[in-house]
Order: sequence, then structure tokens, then C-alpha cells
Amino acid sequence: MVPRQMSTTLIKHGTLVPDAWVLVRSPDELENLEKRSGEDLILPLALWLTEQQSIASRQGQTAVWLNSNEIPESIAGYLDRLPLVALNFPEFKDGRPYSSARELRQRWRYQGEIRAVGDVLRDQLFFMKRCGFDAFLLREDQNLDAALSAFHDFQDAYQPGIIQPLPLFRRR
Amino acid sequence: MPRLKLISQTESKQKIMYRYDQYDHQMLADRIAQFRDQTRRFLEGQLSDAEFLPLRLQNGLYVQRLAPMLRVAIPYGMLSSAQMRKLAFIADQFDKGYGHLTTRQNIQFNWPALADVPDILAHLAEVEMHAIQTSGNCIRNTTTDQFAGVAVDEVEDARAYCEIIRQWSTFHPEFAFLPRKFKIAVCGTRKDQAATQVHDIGLYLLKNEHNEIGFRVLVGGGLGRTPVIGSEINAFLPQEHLLTYLDAILRVYNREGRRDNKYKARIKILVKETGVSDFRDKVEYEWMLLKDGPLTLTRVEVERCRAFFHDPQYKSLPSHSNDLEAALNTDVLFSAWYEQNISEHKKPGYAIVTVCVKKTGFAPGDLDSDQMRFIADLSERYSFGEMRITHTQNLVLADVEKSQLYDLWKDLKTKDLEADNLGLLSDMICCPGGDFCSLANAKSIPVAEAIQRRFSVSQLREIGQLSLNISGCMNACGHHHVGNIGILGVDKKGEEYFQISLGGSADHNTALGKIVGPSFSQEEVPDVIEKIVTVYQQHKASGESFLHTYNRLGMDPFKEALYGTKADEHHTD
Repeated sequence: MVPRQMSTTLIKHGTLVPDAWVLVRSPDELENLEKRSGEDLILPLALWLTEQQSIASRQGQTAVWLNSNEIPESIAGYLDRLPLVALNFPEFKDGRPYSSARELRQRWRYQGEIRAVGDVLRDQLFFMKRCGFDAFLLREDQNLDAALSAFHDFQDAYQPGIIQPLPLFRRR
Repeated sequence: MPRLKLISQTESKQKIMYRYDQYDHQMLADRIAQFRDQTRRFLEGQLSDAEFLPLRLQNGLYVQRLAPMLRVAIPYGMLSSAQMRKLAFIADQFDKGYGHLTTRQNIQFNWPALADVPDILAHLAEVEMHAIQTSGNCIRNTTTDQFAGVAVDEVEDARAYCEIIRQWSTFHPEFAFLPRKFKIAVCGTRKDQAATQVHDIGLYLLKNEHNEIGFRVLVGGGLGRTPVIGSEINAFLPQEHLLTYLDAILRVYNREGRRDNKYKARIKILVKETGVSDFRDKVEYEWMLLKDGPLTLTRVEVERCRAFFHDPQYKSLPSHSNDLEAALNTDVLFSAWYEQNISEHKKPGYAIVTVCVKKTGFAPGDLDSDQMRFIADLSERYSFGEMRITHTQNLVLADVEKSQLYDLWKDLKTKDLEADNLGLLSDMICCPGGDFCSLANAKSIPVAEAIQRRFSVSQLREIGQLSLNISGCMNACGHHHVGNIGILGVDKKGEEYFQISLGGSADHNTALGKIVGPSFSQEEVPDVIEKIVTVYQQHKASGESFLHTYNRLGMDPFKEALYGTKADEHHTD
């Protein structure tokens, strides 16, 4: 996978915004962290864990992404320093990142951005948002304007969610 | 606000079942609009097959061998007369005039056109019905004992809790893409008729010494390729914690359930591989985070849901009916039906009627639209306009006055619904099989019919209570593992063969059947069943059931009758 261009379009807080974070999908894409000085990078977990020292001293922001089989606990000690955590959907049918997002918000009280990356499609956005995702890097073929309407598919929900922490039965 | 016609709201005022408020209606209206748009995008090529697949499955839509199949949810099996008439309308308008009752107390239509499905869902919404999460890797329709609320000696009516679970599981944002499907049953009756122990989560309602309501929680039961009886992870979960505890179990499963192999993806495999004790610890760890949080049930919510399932306006009746007695003494056919199809009711003077949808010559569990409308009429005339679907694919009229049973039976006869074989060998659970299903190895319906034709009515009565369950493949939709006699369709070099198991049971003492030996051809099956029954009849003590006799004798005499010394000549599996 070719790294994305310097600026890409993201859905964030319900609108389209340009975004400068660069998603480094695998360690092979990155010969040398120093060479990428000044860029805002989202690194794979393994790389991010081993490069802590150079991350601390480098120019530019650094964030991490977790694959669906990687658990939030592995970054729990660092969350106050992380401006964003990306959660990868290797395929849209893999439901684990939904639990990861809720764990980040509920158990670890993470307040920063949780970004959905990978096989991110219009028809799952409503679920993602309710689990605590607040930024969405959609798969490249997706129609972003059409995708914005997905957040309004339902007017309400039975369960508690990150946006509305009370279940319907406490409000009806 | 939804622009749906709320016809059912007035019609169902008196009904003893859950009624939608504006939130429930809005949720369905939004769902239909969403699925209409998804279907349009699929038909226009904007959504791939793979992307549309889980979306349509979570709206009950399969693509079958011959046509799409739409599975409509009947939450915990309860239906009003208005809902049943709507199902009849859908059968006529969008299908070939019939529907098939399923082992999840649902109904499926085998011939709708894909493009019509959003319209069908809109029709269903008019009567507070839907097809949400009737398939796909998500939480499915919650089931319960069909006698909930009317059974003698009930611990507690399970239906309010089923409805609470229905709402919690509907569009749960975290659990829409589980490793595999997930089934929950709740049972509050003493005699479990819901196969609770072979569910991903089985919940038994209990009362503790302070008369507080709670649940015994089992996890990891299931049928399919690897049949397992659920393991207890909580002996008494107080009712207010029901949903937080379910959330915790599902989160452990969603994170850790296997996704590398479809056949190892059910929670039963995770529980086995993790060990029950460690699995419980993981659930407790998650639960500590959620316990006493907003999802904790309030007394108001429990009371709100329980209030929907109040008793209908029963008359005060003597427990004995002279009319009934007279009819029983004069009409032997009625008397035979009464013996078999009537169960004791909690109220004096009332009876529970099971309409057996297993008449020989008709596919087990199939109802045509005339029958649907007719039963809807009967439910209004005899049983407060309400009926239930059983997991054994039959129908229940739960509140019939004893003095009206004879009239009801005479009415049933006019539409071929007077089958008096409830609980007998010919009252089989049977999946749709290879006639409809693309997964099946074998056709199960013709086998069911051949067996039904083998035994006369008097023979069946002589044999007595015996459950016979048939699945066309090892996905076990016909629950063959828990039939006293189980029949499983297997494929042997392109030919349909049938493997027989004995000793299964789905009640409070759930047991999995054991395979008796090498499988048989379709033609051999009726003989095989007859031989098994003969062994039972030769050995049974007076009044002893098949299951009890089998448990006492063991497999050997049955094996010998089936294979004798010629076992070697049969193909082995």
C-alpha cells in the first residue's frame, strides 16, 4: 500500500476536513524516522513501541495505530501523551475495533481522537461513532459526501453509547 | 415523527404483549429507510456482494438455492392476530402463499424478490414487526418457553426479560460484527421447553431466599458441528445486572472469539479453549467496569416491561367443564387430540392448546396463508387474540376456556390443523433441507414424510412421547443432537446418507445424542426408525419413556437390531 499524500480528507465531527497525518501502514514504509522530520506520523504499534526514544526527540507529532488483534491495554500507559489513536479495520466485518474504541473511552478514559482506518465504509459509520470513534478515514473508493448522511441513519438508539451515555430506558 | 400508519396501536390496546411507543416505531422507520437505500445502492452496483451480504443478513435476507429467503423475527415467539394476518398478506402478496416456522420461533418466506424486501419490511413495521438480526453474525432473536406466563408452577414470566434483551441487542453498536451468530434463550418455567442449555447464553430465571429475581447464567452451549451443553458462570445474577453482565460476556467474545475459522468461531469454542473458570474471570473483569453503570436496569424499566405481559381478563371458571367431559366421552378423535395437544393452564377452567403443524403430507412447520388467517381468527375467538410459535415449529393458543375446546377442535379440523401427534414421533423438528437450503447435504422433508407414513396413528400412540429431530447438514438447524432420535443428512461421494443418533434431550436435563453407527441410505431410514422403536417397545417397563429406556439399556441392543453381525457390510463414515 502506497502511503497517502500529505493532505487527505477526513470525516471529523461530522464534516469533511483536510488532514495532514500520515498513516504509516507498515514498518517497511519507513526507512528512517529522522528522515520524516516535521511530518505528523501514525505508526504501527510494534514500531511505535520500539521507537519511543526517537519519538520523544523528533520534530512533528507522532501517534499510533492498533490492528484489530492488538488491545488498547498495550498503550494504556501512554494515552495522556497521544493526540490520536487510530484503530484499523483489516476488513469491515472484523468487529474487534468497536470493542477497542469503547475500551479506550470507558476503561482508559481516553479523551483524544479515535480514528477509524482501513476498510472503513459508509454503512458502519453510525456504529463506529456510537462506540467512540470521532474521526474516519474512509476507504478510497467511498463517496464522502454521501457518507456524511450515515451519521443520521437513526435518530436514537436503545443502548448507551459514547455520545449518549444513557440507555433509552433511562430517558423514555 | 414516523409517517407509519399506527394501526396496531389501537388494535392492540387490549393485547397482552409488548406495544411499541414512538421510539420503537422511529427505530423501525429509520431501519427501513436505511435498508431501502442499501438495497438501492446494491442494485445500482455501488455496494459489492461482500459488502451487502452482512447488511442484508442483518435484515433477515438470505440468498438460497432457488430464491432469496426472508426470515421475519417473532420476538420470543409471540404474535397477535393482526400480526398473523399481516404475515398471511405477505405470503400472498410477495411469496407463494405460505411460510415456514423455524426453531428460533421465527417465520421464514422462501420466495420473495430482493427488490421487494424494503416494502415487505415496511408492511411488517405497520404491525410492530421486523426482520432485524434474524441472521448474520450478531445477536439473534431471543427465545423462551412457549408457555411463558401461563405455565403451572412458573418461577417468573420470562417475556419481559426477553423484551429487555431484544431492545438491548437491537443495533447494539459494539456487537454487530461478532465472530459468529449469537443466540440467547431465557427460561422461567419448571419444564424447560426452550432448549436453553444449547444456547450461546442460556438464562434460567430464579428467585433467591429473599424472593428476589435473578438469573442462573450458562454460556457456551450450542449445536452445529460441535454440540456442547452450556456451562454455568453465574449461579445467581440479580436481575438489575442482566444487561451489564450480557455486555461483559459479549465483549469478551467479540474480542477473543476465533475469527480464523468459521467452524471454531462460536462462543462455545472460546469457552472450551479458555476454560470455564478463566472465561468467568474475564467476564468479571469486564463486568466490574460496567456494573452499576447506566445500563443497570431500573425498577421502573423492569416494571414497565413486565406490565405489558399482564394476565388477560380471565373469567372466574370452575376447573371442571361438563361440556368438555361430555365431548370427551362421545368423540374419540377429539379425545385423542385432547390427550395429546392440551397442557395444563395456571388458571382453573383454562387450557393451553398446541396446534401441531406436522400433519403427514405437509412439510413440517409450513403454514399457508389461509391457515394463518384462520388461526388469527381462532385466536380472537378463543384465546384473547394472541398466539405463540414454539421452537418445535408448532403454534400455541395459550388461553382457551376448557368448555370451548371441542368447538375449537372442530374449527381446526376444517383447515387440516387438527393433527393430534404433538410430542409423538411424527411431531418432528425438521429443517428446510436440500429442497431449499444451499448448505444442506440432504433433503430432510421427504425423509420426515417417509417416517410419518411408516407409522399408523395407533402405533404412534403406543410408542408415546418421543422426539425425533432431522437436520439436513451438520449446521444442525433441525436440532438433531437433542432429539431422542436424531437424524443427520451427510454427503457420501455425492449421495445423500443419514446418520442416526440416540439419547438426545433438550429439557432441563439436556443431553446430546450418541451416533449409533454407520449411516443409512434415504430408503433405509423408515426401516431403521421402526427397528429402533421395536427395541424400545420390547424392553420398556410399563409407562417408561423412550429416553429412559435408552438410558437404562445403553446403545448395544439398538446397535444389534440395526447392524446385527452385518455391520461390516455397511459403509463407514
